[in-house]
Amino acid sequence: MQAARRTRRAAAVAAAVTLALTAAGCGSDDDSGEAKKEKAPAKENSVSLPNLKGQKLTLAAIWTGPEQKRFTKVLDEFEKRTGAEVTFQPTGDNVATFLGSKVEGGQPPDVAMLPQVGVLHEFAKKGWVKPAGPETVAQLEKNFTKGWKDLGAYEGKQYGVYYKVANKSLVWYNTSIFADAGVSEPKTWDEFKTTVQTVSDYGVEPLSVGGADGWVLTDWFENIYLSQAGPEKYDQLAAHKIKWTDPSVTTALNTLAEVLGKQEYLAGGVKKTLQTEFPASITQTFAKEPKAGMVYEGDFVANFIEKETKAKVGTDAKVFPFPAVGGEAPVVSAGDVAVVMKESEGAQALLTFLASTDGAEIWAKQGGYTSPNKELDLNSYPDEISKKIAKALIDAGDDFRFDMSDQAPGAFGGTKGRGEWKRLQDFLKNPKDVKNIQAQLEADAAKAYKNAG
Amino acid sequence: MATTTAPGTAAPAAGPPARKRKTVLGAPLWVGLLFLLPALVLLGALVVYPIGYTVWRSLFGANGSDFVWFDNYTEIFTGSDTQTALKNNAVWVVLAPTVTTALGLMFAVLTERIRWATAFKLVIFMPMAISMLAAGIIFRLVYEADPERGVANAVVVGVHDTFSESSAYPKAKPRPKGDLAAQKGGGFTTKATHDAGSPVALPLVGIKPDELSDAQDAKKPSSAGGEGLVGTVWLDFAKGGGGKPGEVDPGEKALKGVKVEAVKDGEVVASARTASDGTFTLDAEGPVQLRLPASNFTTPYNGVDWLGPSLITPAIIGSYVWMWSGFAMVLIAAGLASVPRELLEAARVDGASEWKVFTRITVPLLAPVLAVVLVTLMINVLKVFDLIWIIAPGSSMDDANVLALELYLSSFGGGSNQGVGSAIGVLLLLLVLPVMYLNVRRMRREARR
Repeated sequence: MQAARRTRRAAAVAAAVTLALTAAGCGSDDDSGEAKKEKAPAKENSVSLPNLKGQKLTLAAIWTGPEQKRFTKVLDEFEKRTGAEVTFQPTGDNVATFLGSKVEGGQPPDVAMLPQVGVLHEFAKKGWVKPAGPETVAQLEKNFTKGWKDLGAYEGKQYGVYYKVANKSLVWYNTSIFADAGVSEPKTWDEFKTTVQTVSDYGVEPLSVGGADGWVLTDWFENIYLSQAGPEKYDQLAAHKIKWTDPSVTTALNTLAEVLGKQEYLAGGVKKTLQTEFPASITQTFAKEPKAGMVYEGDFVANFIEKETKAKVGTDAKVFPFPAVGGEAPVVSAGDVAVVMKESEGAQALLTFLASTDGAEIWAKQGGYTSPNKELDLNSYPDEISKKIAKALIDAGDDFRFDMSDQAPGAFGGTKGRGEWKRLQDFLKNPKDVKNIQAQLEADAAKAYKNAG
Repeated sequence: MATTTAPGTAAPAAGPPARKRKTVLGAPLWVGLLFLLPALVLLGALVVYPIGYTVWRSLFGANGSDFVWFDNYTEIFTGSDTQTALKNNAVWVVLAPTVTTALGLMFAVLTERIRWATAFKLVIFMPMAISMLAAGIIFRLVYEADPERGVANAVVVGVHDTFSESSAYPKAKPRPKGDLAAQKGGGFTTKATHDAGSPVALPLVGIKPDELSDAQDAKKPSSAGGEGLVGTVWLDFAKGGGGKPGEVDPGEKALKGVKVEAVKDGEVVASARTASDGTFTLDAEGPVQLRLPASNFTTPYNGVDWLGPSLITPAIIGSYVWMWSGFAMVLIAAGLASVPRELLEAARVDGASEWKVFTRITVPLLAPVLAVVLVTLMINVLKVFDLIWIIAPGSSMDDANVLALELYLSSFGGGSNQGVGSAIGVLLLLLVLPVMYLNVRRMRREARR
């Protein structure tokens, strides 16, 4: 999802490009039944794959740019081991719509990466995705915890493999500011508040928040809510089984207001924050003359720091897990789940490969990637930071939760200027008005969940 | 724009009325129809059918199968989102075309007189070559709040700062739980009262120690040897942390030139400025409260909140004007070229001032062209979408909402209620119709001439 969000602005452009690319990619999957059943020579591989010489497969995913390049290396390895030919098909930002139109047109890709649990469920209900084969299930048993397996299942059947996930419970900080202000990485919410106050006393606004992008605010809220109210409540709220007027939401919003409700904590004040887009919130934290000490968001922040600023991740920019508000530190996650959309031996083999440790390791070594695969050696990650991020995710076991706003209907959890995004921006404008905000959140949620059926 | 082409192409296609089932050329009627067929099929498939289907769809709910009569229309007329959208659309339709046309007229008339007219026109017309999307991104940056990044605010702040200066320590503040507390209208006052004889510590934080590297180290306040109320104002924060809050530790910097006032029963009884070692002496006995007035801490002017809720629509209209005034200029300049020179000359010979010539002769003669430009822009403005989608940040998009955007949001952008979206589409069509009618009538009249 993060890629989608990053490039939301250029959605129209991307869509046009996608159309062109799709036209070119059409008809690349033809008759390929005659695969020989020889085993490819295995050299210490964690997974055995069939020989698929001559088979042609397509894989559709949202990735572009460096992400696509890195993933292509994974596909190259698959091609080398099986002899199949895999074409990468970029979906553009709106993955569900893209795949939906492909299915309607009778040309689904063999394997696709779905960005949300909701989409997986919807596709499974419509019969657009095929259950994972026994080899894949075996890999899942070996490499994944129950939480991740369940997220890829629908009504008892295993469909998907979470290949690339995001850890969205991280706070990135400018090391020189932390050093000058004499603070260290906080572990609990109280320590975090002290840190924020000290950085503010030091003379730098402590928090940079991309308030123009509502999803940044929903992610803040989700972390606090998950840690404070616990996973059960979190699930209930995500499914709208409890109302947004629930006292637990009041507490979470009040907690959020302890830091985001203070004008002097926000880089440039509230008005500026509400017009700061997510990328700018990162660059201003790690610029030559930093405007803020910390920025909260997921692991993908690292890419932005490397690309958009001169700061080095690991020396100038470091990261600590989102502090524990309640008993446990939260781990909010999101991820791309691989599914088979056209049944074939090749497609199933590719899915198996993606579920294997080998498949994860190739990308892990290149960086910019987090795998939920618990068997993957943490030393595969190229640097300390990504190791730390992956460790926090794996350590959470089954207590991690999926991004709540991604689970909600788009009208509520995923629209610029609407629903939860807009309400939390209103909250930032007026953090004392919790009651009213909650009432509006509930009204929006009720309408959106009703429309979504 | 599909709707604009419909009547336009339909009018010439209809041709003169057929008499007695024979066409003008004497061919049977069916031959005529056969020739019309491709156009009719295209028009039907691309214009008539979509309009009809949109009207039909607007009577159904979100999932497309439950007939809800006019519920969608009730929703769009009662919903607060659509009401803002309608209001903004009205602002757009009134402001954007008139300002654009007025500017275009100005440029057209002025460029007639200058030597580098073509170059000037080229520059004005250039933004038309940019897509709405790109223009939106450009103006998103122009209106950026940070004066270091946004041109608009850089200019505003630059002008403002030439006339008024900001204070020395805009960001300074006391620690939250100390003796100093914020007071109404800015500035800080001590909670406790102080007497002469016991030195007062007034610690402030919030300034980067590096910014004060030239300042002297602060001196501990001491009452030895002096009379009056003494104390120190200093930066109670050493680089790298450490030091006790509220105490002058070695290496902590003095704040010089801070105004300190002694306040008794709300009256200022004495005031002083701190010396370069941060100390001050007040000619007051006490018990008094000490105040650091707001003038020490006035924050620098940060410019105009262009993208905030109140200015967002005018700001976006500004970007639209930037794009389209070139278009208006070119059309009007073409019209201007056909204005008979002798009329202007005659007026001038008769002693009319240039202003009179402009208002009484040029503008009336240009009226038809101005009408064309206005109407074209009105139609164009009614469907404005891209600029708002790009320029407005999420936090104020609600305030910048227009019908076309609302249509998109409610049908695809998360709302996924195409019933409501279709209803808005129908409403937009109804709003465009009167303008279209004027346009068609004008075209007919011109064809007759």
